[in-house]
Amino acid sequence: MVYSYYPGCTLKTKAKDLDMYARKSAEALGITLEEIPEWQCCGGVYPQAQDEIATKLSSVRTLNSAKEAGNDLVTVCSACHHVLKRVNDDMANNEYIRTRANNYMELEEPYAGETKVLHYLELLRDVVGFDELKKKVVNPLKGKKIAAYYGCLLLRPSGVMGLDDPEDPSIMEDFIKALGATPVVYPFRNECCGGYVTLQDQSLAQKKSNKVLGSAEAQGAEMVITACPLCMYNLKNNGTEHDLPVVYFTEILAEALGVK
Amino acid sequence: MSSVNNEREEILRMSGVDPTKCMKCGKCSGTCPAFDAMEYHPHQFVSMVNKGNIEPLKQSNAIWQCLSCFACMERCPRDVKPAKLIEAVRLTVIREQGMNHLESENVPCMLDPELPQQAIVSAFRKYSK
Ligand code: SF4
Ligand code: SF4
Ligand code: SF4
Ligand code: SF4
Repeated sequence: MVYSYYPGCTLKTKAKDLDMYARKSAEALGITLEEIPEWQCCGGVYPQAQDEIATKLSSVRTLNSAKEAGNDLVTVCSACHHVLKRVNDDMANNEYIRTRANNYMELEEPYAGETKVLHYLELLRDVVGFDELKKKVVNPLKGKKIAAYYGCLLLRPSGVMGLDDPEDPSIMEDFIKALGATPVVYPFRNECCGGYVTLQDQSLAQKKSNKVLGSAEAQGAEMVITACPLCMYNLKNNGTEHDLPVVYFTEILAEALGVK
Repeated sequence: MSSVNNEREEILRMSGVDPTKCMKCGKCSGTCPAFDAMEYHPHQFVSMVNKGNIEPLKQSNAIWQCLSCFACMERCPRDVKPAKLIEAVRLTVIREQGMNHLESENVPCMLDPELPQQAIVSAFRKYSK
Protein backbone atom coordinates (compact mmCIF):
# COMPACT_ATOMS: atom_id res chain seq x y z
CA MET A 1 0.00 0.00 0.00
CA VAL A 2 1.47 3.30 -1.13
CA TYR A 3 0.32 6.71 0.11
CA SER A 4 1.48 10.23 -0.56
CA TYR A 5 2.69 11.73 2.70
CA TYR A 6 2.67 15.35 3.85
CA PRO A 7 4.77 15.80 7.00
CA GLY A 8 4.48 19.59 7.39
CA CYS A 9 7.09 22.04 8.65
CA THR A 10 6.83 21.30 12.36
CA LEU A 11 7.42 17.59 11.87
CA LYS A 12 10.70 18.47 10.18
CA THR A 13 11.85 20.55 13.15
CA LYS A 14 10.35 20.60 16.66
CA ALA A 15 8.19 17.51 16.19
CA LYS A 16 10.67 15.12 14.58
CA ASP A 17 9.51 12.32 16.87
CA LEU A 18 5.94 12.56 15.61
CA ASP A 19 7.24 12.06 12.06
CA MET A 20 9.94 9.46 12.73
CA TYR A 21 7.66 7.15 14.73
CA ALA A 22 4.92 7.56 12.12
CA ARG A 23 7.29 6.40 9.38
CA LYS A 24 8.79 3.53 11.37
CA SER A 25 5.37 2.26 12.38
CA ALA A 26 4.01 2.51 8.84
CA GLU A 27 6.92 0.43 7.65
CA ALA A 28 6.24 -2.18 10.31
CA LEU A 29 2.61 -2.28 9.15
CA GLY A 30 3.53 -2.71 5.48
CA ILE A 31 2.53 0.79 4.43
CA THR A 32 4.74 2.92 2.20
CA LEU A 33 4.61 6.66 2.83
CA GLU A 34 6.01 8.63 -0.10
CA GLU A 35 6.83 12.16 0.90
CA ILE A 36 5.37 14.75 -1.49
CA PRO A 37 8.27 16.38 -3.36
CA GLU A 38 8.90 20.06 -2.63
CA TRP A 39 5.88 20.52 -0.40
CA GLN A 40 5.34 23.88 1.25
CA CYS A 41 4.02 24.79 4.69
CA CYS A 42 0.23 24.85 4.82
CA GLY A 43 0.17 27.95 7.01
CA GLY A 44 -0.99 26.17 10.16
CA VAL A 45 -4.51 27.62 10.21
CA TYR A 46 -7.27 27.32 7.65
CA PRO A 47 -7.99 30.71 6.06
CA GLN A 48 -11.72 30.94 6.60
CA ALA A 49 -12.63 33.90 4.38
CA GLN A 50 -14.08 33.34 0.93
CA ASP A 51 -11.66 35.83 -0.61
CA GLU A 52 -8.50 34.30 0.91
CA ILE A 53 -7.16 32.55 -2.17
CA ALA A 54 -3.37 32.95 -2.14
CA THR A 55 -3.17 31.58 1.41
CA LYS A 56 -4.87 28.37 0.27
CA LEU A 57 -2.55 27.69 -2.67
CA SER A 58 0.22 25.78 -0.90
CA SER A 59 -2.42 23.29 0.20
CA VAL A 60 -3.85 23.07 -3.31
CA ARG A 61 -0.35 22.30 -4.63
CA THR A 62 0.06 19.49 -2.13
CA LEU A 63 -3.36 18.06 -2.89
CA ASN A 64 -2.69 18.22 -6.60
CA SER A 65 0.70 16.47 -6.26
CA ALA A 66 -1.03 13.55 -4.58
CA LYS A 67 -3.61 13.52 -7.35
CA GLU A 68 -0.88 13.44 -9.98
CA ALA A 69 0.86 10.61 -8.15
CA GLY A 70 -2.45 8.78 -8.08
CA ASN A 71 -2.35 8.34 -4.31
CA ASP A 72 -4.45 9.14 -1.29
CA LEU A 73 -2.77 11.74 0.91
CA VAL A 74 -1.79 10.95 4.51
CA THR A 75 -1.03 13.55 7.21
CA VAL A 76 -0.12 13.20 10.87
CA CYS A 77 -0.18 16.72 12.36
CA SER A 78 -3.76 17.66 13.33
CA ALA A 79 -3.29 21.20 12.03
CA CYS A 80 -1.93 20.23 8.60
CA HIS A 81 -4.66 17.67 8.31
CA HIS A 82 -7.29 20.26 9.17
CA VAL A 83 -6.00 22.81 6.66
CA LEU A 84 -5.57 20.31 3.81
CA LYS A 85 -8.93 18.71 4.39
CA ARG A 86 -10.80 22.02 4.49
CA VAL A 87 -9.06 23.45 1.45
CA ASN A 88 -9.82 20.21 -0.35
CA ASP A 89 -13.47 20.61 0.56
CA ASP A 90 -13.43 24.16 -0.86
CA MET A 91 -11.86 22.90 -4.07
CA ALA A 92 -14.56 20.25 -4.38
CA ASN A 93 -17.57 22.29 -3.30
CA ASN A 94 -16.90 26.02 -3.46
CA GLU A 95 -16.94 27.21 -7.02
CA TYR A 96 -15.75 30.73 -6.20
CA ILE A 97 -12.60 29.41 -4.50
CA ARG A 98 -12.02 26.58 -6.97
CA THR A 99 -12.11 28.89 -10.00
CA ARG A 100 -9.81 31.49 -8.49
CA ALA A 101 -7.31 29.01 -7.09
CA ASN A 102 -7.12 27.23 -10.43
CA ASN A 103 -6.56 30.55 -12.22
CA TYR A 104 -3.38 30.95 -10.18
CA MET A 105 -2.25 27.37 -10.52
CA GLU A 106 -2.41 27.02 -14.32
CA LEU A 107 -2.51 23.24 -14.20
CA GLU A 108 -3.04 21.10 -17.24
CA GLU A 109 -6.14 19.73 -15.60
CA PRO A 110 -7.84 21.96 -13.01
CA TYR A 111 -7.89 20.62 -9.46
CA ALA A 112 -11.36 19.97 -8.11
CA GLY A 113 -10.84 18.18 -4.80
CA GLU A 114 -10.18 14.72 -6.23
CA THR A 115 -7.57 13.68 -3.64
CA LYS A 116 -8.71 11.72 -0.61
CA VAL A 117 -7.12 13.14 2.54
CA LEU A 118 -6.58 10.71 5.40
CA HIS A 119 -5.29 11.32 8.87
CA TYR A 120 -2.80 8.66 9.99
CA LEU A 121 -5.32 7.53 12.61
CA GLU A 122 -7.84 6.89 9.83
CA LEU A 123 -5.22 4.84 8.04
CA LEU A 124 -4.92 2.70 11.17
CA ARG A 125 -8.67 2.39 11.67
CA ASP A 126 -9.94 2.11 8.10
CA VAL A 127 -7.08 0.58 6.14
CA VAL A 128 -5.06 -1.50 8.60
CA GLY A 129 -7.98 -2.04 11.00
CA PHE A 130 -7.59 -1.97 14.78
CA ASP A 131 -8.05 -5.76 15.04
CA GLU A 132 -5.16 -6.29 12.65
CA LEU A 133 -3.10 -3.66 14.45
CA LYS A 134 -3.68 -5.53 17.69
CA LYS A 135 -2.22 -8.69 16.15
CA LYS A 136 0.94 -6.83 15.17
CA VAL A 137 1.58 -5.50 18.67
CA VAL A 138 4.69 -7.10 20.20
CA ASN A 139 4.91 -4.99 23.37
CA PRO A 140 1.36 -4.54 24.64
CA LEU A 141 1.14 -1.45 26.85
CA LYS A 142 -0.64 -3.43 29.54
CA GLY A 143 -2.17 -1.62 32.46
CA LYS A 144 -1.28 1.86 31.23
CA LYS A 145 -4.09 4.36 31.64
CA ILE A 146 -3.90 6.67 28.66
CA ALA A 147 -6.03 9.72 27.95
CA ALA A 148 -6.51 10.72 24.31
CA TYR A 149 -6.44 14.44 23.65
CA TYR A 150 -8.32 15.28 20.45
CA GLY A 151 -8.40 19.05 20.81
CA CYS A 152 -10.27 20.95 18.13
CA LEU A 153 -8.79 20.55 14.72
CA LEU A 154 -9.14 16.80 14.23
CA LEU A 155 -12.87 16.86 14.85
CA ARG A 156 -14.38 20.23 13.95
CA PRO A 157 -16.21 21.23 11.88
CA SER A 158 -17.40 17.65 11.71
CA GLY A 159 -19.31 18.16 8.45
CA VAL A 160 -15.99 18.67 6.68
CA MET A 161 -13.55 16.73 8.86
CA GLY A 162 -15.72 13.62 9.11
CA LEU A 163 -13.14 11.84 11.27
CA ASP A 164 -15.41 10.84 14.11
CA ASP A 165 -18.36 11.87 16.27
CA PRO A 166 -17.30 15.41 17.31
CA GLU A 167 -18.80 15.16 20.81
CA ASP A 168 -18.08 11.52 21.57
CA PRO A 169 -15.13 10.41 19.47
CA SER A 170 -13.68 6.93 19.85
CA ILE A 171 -10.91 6.55 17.26
CA MET A 172 -8.08 7.33 19.67
CA GLU A 173 -9.58 5.28 22.48
CA ASP A 174 -9.90 2.30 20.12
CA PHE A 175 -6.31 2.90 19.09
CA ILE A 176 -5.21 2.84 22.74
CA LYS A 177 -7.11 -0.42 23.27
CA ALA A 178 -5.50 -1.98 20.21
CA LEU A 179 -2.10 -1.29 21.77
CA GLY A 180 -3.16 -3.14 24.91
CA ALA A 181 -3.54 -0.09 27.16
CA THR A 182 -6.62 1.28 28.90
CA PRO A 183 -8.24 4.44 27.50
CA VAL A 184 -9.35 7.13 29.92
CA VAL A 185 -12.40 9.13 28.85
CA TYR A 186 -12.58 12.68 30.27
CA PRO A 187 -14.80 15.64 29.44
CA PHE A 188 -12.15 18.02 28.09
CA ARG A 189 -10.68 15.67 25.52
CA ASN A 190 -12.31 17.64 22.69
CA GLU A 191 -11.95 21.14 24.16
CA CYS A 192 -9.28 23.63 23.14
CA CYS A 193 -5.78 23.90 24.67
CA GLY A 194 -5.46 27.55 23.62
CA GLY A 195 -3.62 26.96 20.35
CA TYR A 196 -1.73 29.90 18.84
CA VAL A 197 -3.11 32.30 21.46
CA THR A 198 -0.06 31.47 23.57
CA LEU A 199 1.77 34.11 21.48
CA GLN A 200 -0.84 36.76 22.23
CA ASP A 201 -2.09 35.94 25.73
CA GLN A 202 -0.16 33.20 27.42
CA SER A 203 -2.34 33.29 30.53
CA LEU A 204 -5.32 32.24 28.42
CA ALA A 205 -3.40 29.28 26.98
CA GLN A 206 -2.36 28.34 30.52
CA LYS A 207 -5.95 28.33 31.75
CA LYS A 208 -7.11 26.19 28.86
CA SER A 209 -4.23 23.73 29.04
CA ASN A 210 -4.56 23.35 32.81
CA LYS A 211 -8.27 22.62 32.37
CA VAL A 212 -7.55 19.84 29.89
CA LEU A 213 -4.84 18.21 31.99
CA GLY A 214 -6.79 18.62 35.22
CA SER A 215 -9.75 16.92 33.62
CA ALA A 216 -7.63 13.98 32.38
CA GLU A 217 -5.91 13.64 35.76
CA ALA A 218 -9.23 13.65 37.62
CA GLN A 219 -10.30 10.63 35.58
CA GLY A 220 -7.14 8.76 36.50
CA ALA A 221 -4.96 9.26 33.43
CA GLU A 222 -1.25 8.46 33.74
CA MET A 223 -0.36 9.77 30.31
CA VAL A 224 -1.89 11.93 27.57
CA ILE A 225 -1.47 11.35 23.84
CA THR A 226 -1.89 13.88 21.04
CA ALA A 227 -1.44 14.19 17.28
CA CYS A 228 -0.66 17.91 17.32
CA PRO A 229 2.68 19.61 18.04
CA LEU A 230 0.93 22.75 19.28
CA CYS A 231 -1.32 20.79 21.63
CA MET A 232 1.86 19.08 22.84
CA TYR A 233 3.59 22.42 23.44
CA ASN A 234 0.62 23.91 25.27
CA LEU A 235 -0.06 20.91 27.46
CA LYS A 236 3.61 20.59 28.40
CA ASN A 237 4.59 24.23 28.73
CA ASN A 238 1.33 25.96 29.58
CA GLY A 239 -0.18 23.15 31.64
CA THR A 240 1.75 24.59 34.56
CA GLU A 241 -0.29 23.01 37.37
CA HIS A 242 0.08 19.39 36.28
CA ASP A 243 2.88 17.13 35.29
CA LEU A 244 1.22 14.36 33.38
CA PRO A 245 3.49 13.08 30.62
CA VAL A 246 2.28 14.09 27.14
CA VAL A 247 3.49 12.05 24.15
CA TYR A 248 2.70 11.75 20.46
CA PHE A 249 0.36 8.91 19.54
CA THR A 250 2.94 7.68 17.04
CA GLU A 251 5.48 7.20 19.82
CA ILE A 252 3.32 4.73 21.76
CA LEU A 253 2.45 3.06 18.46
CA ALA A 254 6.14 2.54 17.65
CA GLU A 255 6.76 1.30 21.18
CA ALA A 256 3.94 -1.25 20.96
CA LEU A 257 5.09 -2.39 17.52
CA GLY A 258 8.62 -2.84 18.83
CA VAL A 259 10.21 -0.33 16.44
CA LYS A 260 10.94 2.49 18.88
CA MET B 1 -24.24 55.33 7.14
CA SER B 2 -23.42 53.97 3.72
CA SER B 3 -19.82 53.14 4.67
CA VAL B 4 -21.15 51.30 7.72
CA ASN B 5 -23.54 49.38 5.49
CA ASN B 6 -20.74 48.62 3.06
CA GLU B 7 -18.63 47.23 5.85
CA ARG B 8 -21.49 45.03 7.01
CA GLU B 9 -22.00 43.71 3.48
CA GLU B 10 -18.27 43.19 3.03
CA ILE B 11 -18.01 41.17 6.27
CA LEU B 12 -21.02 39.06 5.35
CA ARG B 13 -19.58 38.43 1.91
CA MET B 14 -16.12 37.49 3.20
CA SER B 15 -17.49 35.21 5.89
CA GLY B 16 -20.42 33.76 3.99
CA VAL B 17 -22.43 34.07 7.24
CA ASP B 18 -26.12 34.94 7.37
CA PRO B 19 -26.64 36.49 10.82
CA THR B 20 -30.42 36.58 10.41
CA LYS B 21 -30.45 32.79 10.88
CA CYS B 22 -29.40 33.29 14.53
CA MET B 23 -32.11 32.48 17.08
CA LYS B 24 -30.17 34.02 19.97
CA CYS B 25 -29.90 30.85 21.99
CA GLY B 26 -26.43 31.80 23.24
CA LYS B 27 -24.98 28.35 22.79
CA CYS B 28 -21.97 29.64 20.84
CA SER B 29 -21.01 31.86 23.75
CA GLY B 30 -21.86 29.17 26.30
CA THR B 31 -19.39 26.79 24.70
CA CYS B 32 -16.65 29.33 23.86
CA PRO B 33 -13.36 28.54 25.64
CA ALA B 34 -12.27 32.19 25.35
CA PHE B 35 -15.53 33.48 26.93
CA ASP B 36 -13.88 35.10 29.96
CA ALA B 37 -11.17 36.68 27.84
CA MET B 38 -13.44 38.33 25.25
CA GLU B 39 -15.29 41.59 25.90
CA TYR B 40 -17.71 40.69 23.11
CA HIS B 41 -18.89 37.12 22.93
CA PRO B 42 -19.60 35.13 19.75
CA HIS B 43 -23.38 35.72 19.87
CA GLN B 44 -22.70 39.44 20.21
CA PHE B 45 -20.56 39.40 17.06
CA VAL B 46 -23.53 37.88 15.26
CA SER B 47 -26.03 40.45 16.47
CA MET B 48 -23.71 43.48 16.27
CA VAL B 49 -22.57 42.70 12.72
CA ASN B 50 -26.20 42.20 11.76
CA LYS B 51 -27.00 45.68 13.07
CA GLY B 52 -23.97 47.18 11.34
CA ASN B 53 -22.44 48.03 14.73
CA ILE B 54 -18.98 46.92 13.67
CA GLU B 55 -16.55 49.55 14.91
CA PRO B 56 -16.54 48.33 18.56
CA LEU B 57 -15.78 44.83 17.32
CA LYS B 58 -12.88 46.10 15.24
CA GLN B 59 -11.50 47.90 18.28
CA SER B 60 -11.98 44.89 20.55
CA ASN B 61 -9.43 42.57 22.05
CA ALA B 62 -11.89 39.74 21.42
CA ILE B 63 -10.83 39.42 17.78
CA TRP B 64 -7.33 38.46 18.96
CA GLN B 65 -8.53 36.20 21.78
CA CYS B 66 -10.69 33.91 19.65
CA LEU B 67 -8.89 30.56 19.45
CA SER B 68 -10.44 29.36 16.18
CA CYS B 69 -11.43 26.19 17.98
CA PHE B 70 -14.67 25.96 15.95
CA ALA B 71 -16.72 24.96 18.99
CA CYS B 72 -19.20 27.77 18.25
CA MET B 73 -19.53 26.54 14.68
CA GLU B 74 -19.95 22.91 15.57
CA ARG B 75 -22.48 23.52 18.32
CA CYS B 76 -24.67 26.23 16.82
CA PRO B 77 -28.15 24.75 16.26
CA ARG B 78 -28.72 27.08 13.30
CA ASP B 79 -25.36 26.66 11.53
CA VAL B 80 -24.56 30.36 11.78
CA LYS B 81 -20.75 29.92 12.05
CA PRO B 82 -19.78 32.76 14.40
CA ALA B 83 -16.06 31.88 14.07
CA LYS B 84 -16.18 32.88 10.40
CA LEU B 85 -17.71 36.22 11.29
CA ILE B 86 -15.01 36.88 13.88
CA GLU B 87 -12.33 35.99 11.34
CA ALA B 88 -13.86 38.41 8.81
CA VAL B 89 -13.82 41.25 11.36
CA ARG B 90 -10.20 40.42 12.25
CA LEU B 91 -9.27 40.42 8.57
CA THR B 92 -10.89 43.81 7.91
CA VAL B 93 -8.63 45.17 10.67
CA ILE B 94 -5.31 43.60 9.64
CA ARG B 95 -5.87 44.32 5.95
CA GLU B 96 -5.72 48.04 6.75
CA GLN B 97 -2.32 49.63 6.35
CA GLY B 98 -0.26 49.55 9.54
CA MET B 99 -2.82 47.53 11.50
CA ASN B 100 -0.89 44.31 11.99
CA HIS B 101 -1.36 42.96 15.47
CA LEU B 102 1.86 40.97 15.44
CA GLU B 103 5.05 42.30 13.86
CA SER B 104 8.00 40.09 13.10
CA GLU B 105 10.37 42.37 15.04
CA ASN B 106 8.35 41.60 18.18
CA VAL B 107 8.62 37.89 17.78
CA PRO B 108 12.20 37.06 18.81
CA CYS B 109 11.44 38.00 22.41
CA MET B 110 8.49 35.61 22.44
CA LEU B 111 10.52 32.82 21.00
CA ASP B 112 10.66 30.13 23.51
CA PRO B 113 13.01 27.46 22.13
CA GLU B 114 10.32 24.84 22.58
CA LEU B 115 7.69 26.73 20.58
CA PRO B 116 6.75 24.74 17.46
CA GLN B 117 6.95 26.45 14.03
CA GLN B 118 3.27 25.77 13.69
CA ALA B 119 2.49 28.24 16.50
CA ILE B 120 4.49 31.01 14.87
CA VAL B 121 3.13 30.40 11.38
CA SER B 122 -0.42 30.23 12.72
CA ALA B 123 -0.08 33.38 14.80
CA PHE B 124 1.21 35.31 11.78
CA ARG B 125 -1.71 34.10 9.72
CA LYS B 126 -4.17 35.18 12.37
CA TYR B 127 -2.60 38.44 13.48
CA SER B 128 -0.83 39.98 10.46
CA LYS B 129 -0.98 40.60 6.74
S1 SF4 C 1 0.13 22.78 10.17
FE1 SF4 C 1 1.75 22.96 10.88
S2 SF4 C 1 3.24 21.83 10.82
FE2 SF4 C 1 1.64 21.50 9.46
S3 SF4 C 1 2.74 22.48 7.68
FE3 SF4 C 1 1.27 23.58 8.47
S4 SF4 C 1 2.22 24.89 9.87
FE4 SF4 C 1 3.57 23.47 9.32
S1 SF4 D 1 -6.27 21.72 20.78
FE1 SF4 D 1 -5.03 23.39 20.71
S2 SF4 D 1 -3.36 23.14 19.30
FE2 SF4 D 1 -4.65 21.45 19.25
S3 SF4 D 1 -6.06 21.71 17.79
FE3 SF4 D 1 -7.07 22.93 19.35
S4 SF4 D 1 -6.10 24.78 19.48
FE4 SF4 D 1 -4.95 23.49 18.14
S1 SF4 E 1 -25.35 29.33 18.76
FE1 SF4 E 1 -25.99 29.99 16.72
S2 SF4 E 1 -28.16 30.45 16.92
FE2 SF4 E 1 -27.33 30.34 18.99
S3 SF4 E 1 -26.77 32.46 19.48
FE3 SF4 E 1 -24.95 31.50 18.62
S4 SF4 E 1 -25.06 31.97 16.47
FE4 SF4 E 1 -27.08 32.34 17.27
S1 SF4 F 1 -13.90 29.74 17.49
FE1 SF4 F 1 -13.46 31.53 18.73
S2 SF4 F 1 -15.45 32.36 19.24
FE2 SF4 F 1 -15.80 30.31 18.49
S3 SF4 F 1 -15.89 29.10 20.33
FE3 SF4 F 1 -13.78 29.03 19.59
S4 SF4 F 1 -12.74 30.68 20.66
FE4 SF4 F 1 -14.93 31.04 20.88
